[in-house]
Amino acid sequence: MKGFAVLIAAGLLAVPVVAPPYYVNVASQILIAAVFASSLNLLVGYAGLTSLGHAAYLGFAAYTVGWLTTRAGLGHLAAAVLALGLTTIMAAFFGLLALRGTGLTFLMITLALGQILWGIAYRWVSLTGGDNGLTGLTRPRPLGLDLTPPAAYYLFTLAVTAVTLAGIAMYVRSPLGAAVQGSRDQPRRLQALGHNVWMVRWLTFVLAGAAAGVAGLLFVYYNQFVAPGVLALTSSAEALLMVIAGGAGTLPGPVVGAAIVVALKTIVSTYLTRWVMLLGVVFVLIVVFMPEGIVPGLARVWRTRWRS
Amino acid sequence: MTIRIWAVLAFLLLAGSASAQEPIRVGFLTVRSGALAAGGRQLEEGFQLFLKERHHVLAGRKVEVIWADTAGQPALTKTKTQELVERHRVHVIIGPLAAFEALAINDYVKQAEVPIISSSAAAEDLTQRKPNPWFVRAVGTSAQVTQPLGEYAAKVLGYRRVATIADDFAYGHEGTSGFQRVFEDNGGKVVQKLWPPLNVADYGSYIAQIKPDVDAVYAGFAGANGLRFLKQYAEYGLKGRIPVLGNMTLVDEGILKSMGDEALGVVTGGWYAAGLDTPANRAFVAAVRQEYKADPGYYTVGAYMAGLFLEAALRTVGGRIEDKTAFMKALRGLRLTESPVGSLRLDEYGNPVLNVYIRKVERREGRLVNVVVQTYPETSQFWKYDPRTFLAAPVYSRDYPPARHLE
Amino acid sequence: MGFWLIQGLNGLALGGLLFLLSSGFSLIFGLMRVANLTHGAFFMLGAYVGLSARWAGVGFASSVLLGGLAVAVTGGLVERLILRRLVTRPPAQRTLAQVLVTLGLAFIIADGCLWLWGGDPMPLPLPAALSGAVRVGTIAFPFYRLVVVLIAVVVAAALWLGLERTRAGAMIRAGVDDMEMASGLGLPVSRLFTGVFCLGAGLAGMGGVLGGPILSVYPGLDTDMLPLALVVVILGGIGSLSGALTGSFIIGFIYTFGQALLPDLAYVILFLPMVLVLVVRPRGLFGARGA
Repeated sequence: MKGFAVLIAAGLLAVPVVAPPYYVNVASQILIAAVFASSLNLLVGYAGLTSLGHAAYLGFAAYTVGWLTTRAGLGHLAAAVLALGLTTIMAAFFGLLALRGTGLTFLMITLALGQILWGIAYRWVSLTGGDNGLTGLTRPRPLGLDLTPPAAYYLFTLAVTAVTLAGIAMYVRSPLGAAVQGSRDQPRRLQALGHNVWMVRWLTFVLAGAAAGVAGLLFVYYNQFVAPGVLALTSSAEALLMVIAGGAGTLPGPVVGAAIVVALKTIVSTYLTRWVMLLGVVFVLIVVFMPEGIVPGLARVWRTRWRS
Repeated sequence: MTIRIWAVLAFLLLAGSASAQEPIRVGFLTVRSGALAAGGRQLEEGFQLFLKERHHVLAGRKVEVIWADTAGQPALTKTKTQELVERHRVHVIIGPLAAFEALAINDYVKQAEVPIISSSAAAEDLTQRKPNPWFVRAVGTSAQVTQPLGEYAAKVLGYRRVATIADDFAYGHEGTSGFQRVFEDNGGKVVQKLWPPLNVADYGSYIAQIKPDVDAVYAGFAGANGLRFLKQYAEYGLKGRIPVLGNMTLVDEGILKSMGDEALGVVTGGWYAAGLDTPANRAFVAAVRQEYKADPGYYTVGAYMAGLFLEAALRTVGGRIEDKTAFMKALRGLRLTESPVGSLRLDEYGNPVLNVYIRKVERREGRLVNVVVQTYPETSQFWKYDPRTFLAAPVYSRDYPPARHLE
Repeated sequence: MGFWLIQGLNGLALGGLLFLLSSGFSLIFGLMRVANLTHGAFFMLGAYVGLSARWAGVGFASSVLLGGLAVAVTGGLVERLILRRLVTRPPAQRTLAQVLVTLGLAFIIADGCLWLWGGDPMPLPLPAALSGAVRVGTIAFPFYRLVVVLIAVVVAAALWLGLERTRAGAMIRAGVDDMEMASGLGLPVSRLFTGVFCLGAGLAGMGGVLGGPILSVYPGLDTDMLPLALVVVILGGIGSLSGALTGSFIIGFIYTFGQALLPDLAYVILFLPMVLVLVVRPRGLFGARGA
C-alpha cells in the first residue's frame, strides 16, 4: 500500500517533466476539480446531504479574490486570506439556512442559494462585471516564485491539493468525521448517544464550503478571470456528478470522477462532437454497472477476480 | 569543394521552400454543444464556404483548420485556446462566438502573442478600453450599429419618445446605450428602459409595461429571445400600433427564417443585410443559399469576413504567417475594397470602419429579407465622437450613459 | 387598473403553464420518491416532437397528444431499463444513483435534440383559431394564454378524478401513503411505478408542446424550465397535486408582479421566496409530507 502511494506521488510529480504544456494544464484543471469535488464529497458522501449548490462557494471565493485584487488593489496574500474567511462565513450562514431540512429540502435550499448568487453575479454589473465577468487577474508569487509557466502552476496546485485533501482525510478519520458518518447512517442512534447531530452536520457544511473556497482560489488563479458560469447550476451539477460517478464517501472517488469529467470535456471533446451525450451515457453506465461509483466498483471487481 | 557548397545551398533552399509549403494552421473556436450551437454552426458554414471558394489555398499555401468546441463556456474556451496554441501550434485563431468568451481569453492571447480574428464577439471594450495588439475584429461592435440607428430614428423617422427593452447582459446594455446616446443627442428622449433577464420564461409581463404613448420601441435581443419577443409583441396587439426598432441580431437572417409576419416592418441597424444589393453580396448570398439553403446572417458573414481578413493579410506578407509581427501589422492595416458587407478599413484599435445599414424587414419572393433603406458609410465604432473623449468615459452599460428622461 | 388586470392575467397564464410543466414531476416524486432531473429535458423533447408533428401537417391537438405519447414511451423505457434496477439498492445509494442517472439522461436528451433538430430556435405554430388577441376595453390579451389556463384546469381536474375515483388512482394513493404497506397488500407496485412514470413523463411532454407557442423551442429550454418545476413543487409541497396547482399559480403571480415591480430583483425573484419558505416551512407551503 505504501509502495503504491509512493508510486502515485512520483507519477504526479513527473507530470510536468513528461507531459507537454497543454496536458500539464489539463492536469492542473483535474486537480482543481478534484479539490472541488472532494469538498462536496464531505456533504454528499460522508454527511449524506446532497447539495446542488456547491458552486456557490467556489464561485464566491473566485469572485472575491478577483474583486479584491483587480478593483480594491489588495495584495494576493491578503486577498486570499480574506476571500477564504468570507467564504467560510458565508458557508456558516448558508449552512444555518440549508440545514433546516435534509434530503430533497436540503437539495432545494442549496440549489436556490446557488441560483441567488448566480443571479447577483449576473445582475450586479458594477460589482461583478455582469456576464463579462472580472478579467485582468494575475497569479500570486508565493515566496517570489513565478507561477506563470504551466509546470510551476501545476506544482503549486498539486501542493495545495495535497494539503487540502490531507485535511479532508484527517477530518473524515477524526471522531467528528466518524460522527458525521454516523449522522448519515443512523442519525437517531447518534442523537441518542448524546451527539448534537445538527451541529455535526453544520460543522461539516462549513468545512465543505471552506474547502470549496480553496478550489475557488486555485480556479481563479488558473483562469485569471471569473464569469457567472462558475456559479451556474451546471457547475454545481458537474461537481455532484464527479462525486457520485467516482464513488461518494470514498477519498479517491471524487478525484477519479474529476479526472473523468475534465478529460471528457477537454480531451475527448476534441475528437467527438457529441461529447455531451457521451458524458451522459458514461453516467448512466456507471449507475447501472457500478452502483457505488467507479472506485468502489473497480475495487469490488478486483476483489472478485482475485478470489476466483 | 564548390560542389559541396552548392549542395548545401540547394539543401537549404529546398528546406526553406518545404517549410513554406507547410500548411497554415487556423484554430477555429466554435460552439457545437449547448444553447449557442446554432450560431456555432453558422460560423463554421461561413468559414467552410470561404475555404471552399479558395480551394483551401491562401497565398499559395494550403490551409488546415483545427475546430474546437467551446460549448459557450468561458473556462472551456480558455482551455481550448490553450490547446490550439500549445498543442496544435496554430498560426492564427478565428472566433470565439460570444463576447464573454473573447474577454475570457483576451489576456491569454496577449501573453501568448497569437493573432486572433474575431468573427462575431461584439463587446465594445475588446477594441476600446481593453486593447490587444494581437486582436482584430472582422465585425462591428454592439453599439456601432445602434448609434446610427439613434440618429436615423430622431432625424429621419422623427421619433421623439422611445421605450427600450433589451436582454439584460453586456451585449444588450451596450447596444441600448449607443442608441440612447445618439438618439438623445439628436433631440429624442428615452422615456422607459426595461431589462428582462436573459432566461426569462415569458415576455408578457414586460410587454404589458410598455408605455402606450411612445413613438417607438427599441428592442435589443439576441438568439431565441428576439423570436420570442417579437411574437409575443404581436400577440399582445402592439404590432402595428407602436413601431419596433432594434439591434442587428433582433432580426438576424439566421433567425429571421423562423419568424413570421410579426417581424415585418421592424427597422434595425446592422453592418450587413442579406438584402444588400451589391454585386459582391449578390454572389455571396447566392453561394450561401446554394450551399446551405438559407440566407447568410450575422455569424455566417462574420466568419466569412474573418476569412477575407486572413486572406488579405496573408497576401500582404506573401504567405509568411510565421513572421507574426509582419502578419499582425498587415492585418491591422488592412483595407477591403469589396466584400459582402461593402468596403472597409480597420481603425487604429483593430476595429473595422464600415458601412452601417438601416434595414427594414420586408417579404420578398415569399421570404423575409432585411432590405437596406439607408446607408451610413464609413461608420466608426466611436460614431461621430472623438475617440479620446469617447474612451475617457466608462464603457456603455445598464447605467451609462444615465437615462435622464425616464418618466 | 389596466396594469393590474393585464399582469393578473399574465400571472394566471404563467401559472397554468407552470402547472402543465410541474404536475408530472410532482406525481413521480410523490409515488416513487425520484427527484427526476430529466423533467426539463422531457418537456423540451415533447416540444420538439410536437414541432415535427406540426411541420408534418398534424393538427395542434394531435401534436400535443403525440408529443405526450412519445415522451411517455421514452419515460417508460427509462423506468423499465434503468430506474427499475435502482429500487433494490440501499436508500442512500439509491438517491445518489437517481440523481446521477436522471442528470445523465438529461444530458443525453438535450444533446440528442441538438443533434436531431439542429440548434436553431423555432416557433411552434398555432392554428389560426387559437391565435390572436382578446380585447377587454383598451387592453389586448393573447387568446391562447387563456386556453392554456383552461387546459391546466382541465388537466388538474382529470388528474384529481383519476386519482380519487379510479382503481388505479386508489392504488397510487395507497402507494404514496405507504409504499411498504401497499406492496405488502399485494398491489402491483412494479406496474404502478412504470405507469406513473409514463404518465408523469407524458404530462411533461404534453406541457412542452402546449408551452411551445409561448416559449418557442430552442436548446436550453430544458435548463430554463427545470428550476421552475423544482420551485413550484417545493413551494407547493412535495408530491401533492393540489400543492403543485396552488404553487404554480403563486409562482406565476410572484414571477409576473415581481419582475414588473422589483426589476432589480428579476434574477432572484423566484429563489429568494423559495429560500424563505423552505427555511420557515421546510415541507413547503402546502405540503403535509417532507422528503
